[in-house]
Amino acid sequence: MIEIKGLTKQFGKKPVVEDVTVTIEPGTITSFIGPNGAGKSTLLSMVSRLLEADTGEVLLDQNNVKKWKSSDFAKRVSILKQANYLNVRLTVRELVSFGRYPYSRGRLAAEDEKFVDQAIEYMNLADMEDKYLDELSGGQKQRAFIAMVIAQDTDYILLDEPLNNLDMKHSVQIMKILRKLVDELGKTVVIVLHDINFASVYSDRIVALKNGRLMRNGPTHEIINSEVLREIYDMDIPIQEQNGCRICVYFNSHT
Amino acid sequence: MRLWMLGIAAIVLSFISLFIGAIDITPKDLLNWESDETHIFLISRIPRLLAIILAGAGMSIAGLIMQSLSRNKFVSPTTAGTLDAAKLGILISMLFFTNVTYTQQVIFSFAFALAGTFLFMQILDRIKFKDVIFVPLIGIMYGNILSSITTFFGYEADLLQNISSWLMGSFTLIIAGRYELLYVSIPAIILAYLYANKFTVAGMGEDFARNLGLSYKLVLNIGLVLVAVISTTVVLTVGVIPFLGLIVPNIVSLYLGDNLRKTIPHTAVLGIVFLLICDILGRIIIHPYEIPVNVTVAVIGSAIFLTMLLRGRAYAK
Ligand SMILES: Nc1ncnc2c1ncn2[C@@H]1O[C@H](COP(=O)(O)OP(=O)(O)OP(=O)(O)O)[C@@H](O)[C@H]1O
Ligand SMILES: [Mg+2]
Repeated sequence: MIEIKGLTKQFGKKPVVEDVTVTIEPGTITSFIGPNGAGKSTLLSMVSRLLEADTGEVLLDQNNVKKWKSSDFAKRVSILKQANYLNVRLTVRELVSFGRYPYSRGRLAAEDEKFVDQAIEYMNLADMEDKYLDELSGGQKQRAFIAMVIAQDTDYILLDEPLNNLDMKHSVQIMKILRKLVDELGKTVVIVLHDINFASVYSDRIVALKNGRLMRNGPTHEIINSEVLREIYDMDIPIQEQNGCRICVYFNSHT
Repeated sequence: MRLWMLGIAAIVLSFISLFIGAIDITPKDLLNWESDETHIFLISRIPRLLAIILAGAGMSIAGLIMQSLSRNKFVSPTTAGTLDAAKLGILISMLFFTNVTYTQQVIFSFAFALAGTFLFMQILDRIKFKDVIFVPLIGIMYGNILSSITTFFGYEADLLQNISSWLMGSFTLIIAGRYELLYVSIPAIILAYLYANKFTVAGMGEDFARNLGLSYKLVLNIGLVLVAVISTTVVLTVGVIPFLGLIVPNIVSLYLGDNLRKTIPHTAVLGIVFLLICDILGRIIIHPYEIPVNVTVAVIGSAIFLTMLLRGRAYAK
């Protein structure tokens, strides 16, 4: 279990995450939503130890994340950041193989290869696995990064806007695979999303942030309603029910 | 390019290197153990070849490590002040001790090479504008500053003559007894190979590396120590060889990518081949005299480097 307790972070004088307390339920997809600059990425970076909090703490299985050994932590929690600048010439397969680094230190055993194969297949990359990353399109690169994180096979997978650059088909595919990882393998996914319809259709819980503060935290159906969304986004967003999914029709809303 | 092809090229060139020079030696001469030719062969030709092999492999790998850790294709011991700092270290050791020993020189030179490279990485960390060309330009300026400090104090202390002799990378003076320090780079090269995966992961950037559980800072520091060890041993025995650590890893990266476990062997052997070619050319062009290897390397290397700059700006990003 990941528990975020009273987490605060300031850049200069400006608090960008303020006293946020959230428990991530194991075995669920939790979506983080909120306007630009709400502090979602900053929060995720602190949970994954890439950034140190000013006050408060993050517990993984009751132990402060700071106390975990790096090599053990990397087998439990993985993160893919929002913007990834990689200028090394690795092939897709090499990159995904490095997802096994916490286990193999770079010398892949047969089992590692299995995870690599599977991640490549999940992300539909089989026909370009020997291409260099700098020969891929933005969305293909993004899928390669996601494949690497999936190959890392951690209990907790943190993804910061992973659908950036992806077409509709691949966005849906990835959300379905995340669902499968959660439902069949018992993983826990924390994902930052801007398209609240993906959050509505695929996640179990939604955490809403605004101005660095926690606005809402609850099961998806409690958050996806016009009133709550108005609080978060300052927009009137009508909601339509379709095949049991709640779809937010925000394209021509009043702001 | 296959590794075995490079290997064969290296073996053929090594053979040529052993049998050219001011004095003609043929393999037949070596049958006579007592001959002058055999003597020259043992105290001059073989040490020279070993020095070329170690310097060629060492400098190329040092460059490769620096490019990976700085995440910049054009950073190398010559474009990050490493070699200039090593020279400054030698000078300081001469100012510090009146009768400086070789060991003291080695230690000072190593400490300065390490500190100098480390400082450059710190500077790199702080600058916002990390352009592929801009970064090595800063490195070259930084190296020139270190170099002018060396020249200034060298001039003041009347050591300039000494200093200019280390400026020149050359294998002319390599004989048995004057190159053995280079053996210290062997464990450094082996360690570099063992750390190859760690360097590759570190080269993906701090966030990627830490996500994969790598002790990023530790790996960075180990890499810089290896670079400093290799650079120091080369500067103190052979002198400064420019461009080698810059162009060899870049050529390998073009055809083999940046997975260091795969590229280190190629980089080492290609570095040896390149340096052997330069040294052999230097020995035959004005035979029986010699052009120092740093001149031939600079001429051929700068041409390759310019081509890379002009054609490869897109690739290096
Ligand atoms: N390194 C930094 N230095 C200074 N300010 C920062 C830094 N990183 C983030 N901020 C500020 O912190 C605030 C929150 O940023 P954060 O990236 O967490 O937002 P976000 O919710 O992920 O937004 P987005 O949806 O645009 O990705 C922003 O106002 C941003 O300007
Ligand atoms: Mg963000």
